[in-house]
Amino acid sequence: MATAQKKKKFRGVVIVAPERCKGCAICVEFCPTGAITMSDKFNSKGYHYPEFTYPDKCTGCGLCGMYCPDFAVYGFREKIAEGE
Amino acid sequence: MSVVVDSIKENPVEEFLRTDRLPHVWCTGCGIGTTVNCFARAVKECGIPLDELAIVSGIGCTGRVAGYLKLDSFHTTHGRPIAFATGLHLANPKLKVVVYSGDGDLVGIGGNHFIHAARRNLDITVILLNNFTYAMTGGQVTPTAPLDSIETTTPYGVFEENFNLPHLAASCGAVYVARWTAYHVMQVKKAMVEALNKKGFSFIEILSPCPTIYLRRNRLGSAIDELKYYKEHSVIQHGADTREVGITVRRPEKIIVGKFVDIEKPDYLTAMNKHLSEVLGDKYVRWGE
Repeated sequence: MATAQKKKKFRGVVIVAPERCKGCAICVEFCPTGAITMSDKFNSKGYHYPEFTYPDKCTGCGLCGMYCPDFAVYGFREKIAEGE
Repeated sequence: MSVVVDSIKENPVEEFLRTDRLPHVWCTGCGIGTTVNCFARAVKECGIPLDELAIVSGIGCTGRVAGYLKLDSFHTTHGRPIAFATGLHLANPKLKVVVYSGDGDLVGIGGNHFIHAARRNLDITVILLNNFTYAMTGGQVTPTAPLDSIETTTPYGVFEENFNLPHLAASCGAVYVARWTAYHVMQVKKAMVEALNKKGFSFIEILSPCPTIYLRRNRLGSAIDELKYYKEHSVIQHGADTREVGITVRRPEKIIVGKFVDIEKPDYLTAMNKHLSEVLGDKYVRWGE
């Protein structure tokens, strides 16, 4: 059973700009892998904003950025450097 | 301010936005911002130079799109974005003109402009966001409001027949007609790329949740409920008969989405140049070629 896990060539990254967020939670709802969750914290306007809680789950599909109506979230793929 | 923003990479839509005006006026969960995302990505994919693209909006929530996009953008009077775009296109045929507005603006107040632009087959792209109400002015009834929906001006429910927009556009002569919802982001982006590359009157209807006015007044839940409803009840039927794609009730069993019409027809300027060169001969100087 101990098959060597295939080495990942890239990692998914989600970046959140909390000040733009209005807390609709569409990114949390429609993230295909559930990598984003809502934060308990508030931004200065009093909205909860999303957090990139599970970086291991993220595939970097960028769907959160396509859905975000407030341009507050976006995801992308980042190459993993050799030896990392 | 934020903890990580701008440190690694910029948001891919950032270059298309007037960031000094953000955060925008749209409500929490409104689908307009989602489609702006799709539009910015579609423009990027098409590779159109930004100074050869103009965007025209009317009045309303969706009419605000022009104000947030860093293009040559025009915020025109109520119902007249297509009239404005007609002038813009004919005066400078090299310009790619996109009309981006709502249902009340384009087919309510400006319905006449819409049908005649489609009939003449002007080379413009029309993106219509359908939220079934005049959201910015407080929720009056629009020509697209389905039967029994509660609006400010119809407290006992709508009893009129509503417009079937893909059928209206197709029967008036549009060469590209598609309908998607705010849930189908990848398809919306693809449809926008196709519409931008299409010569002639191309029309995309996007169903979008209006959580504050339409959904709340009709007790249909939140924006996420509406997007989930779109996800579960949308049926993709490319090339479907547009007579049968109307949304007649508040929560239809199935919403038919897809690309309904994609045909080739000479557009207004091509037809004008062809006709006038035949009639006037060498005296005529061809325009826009």
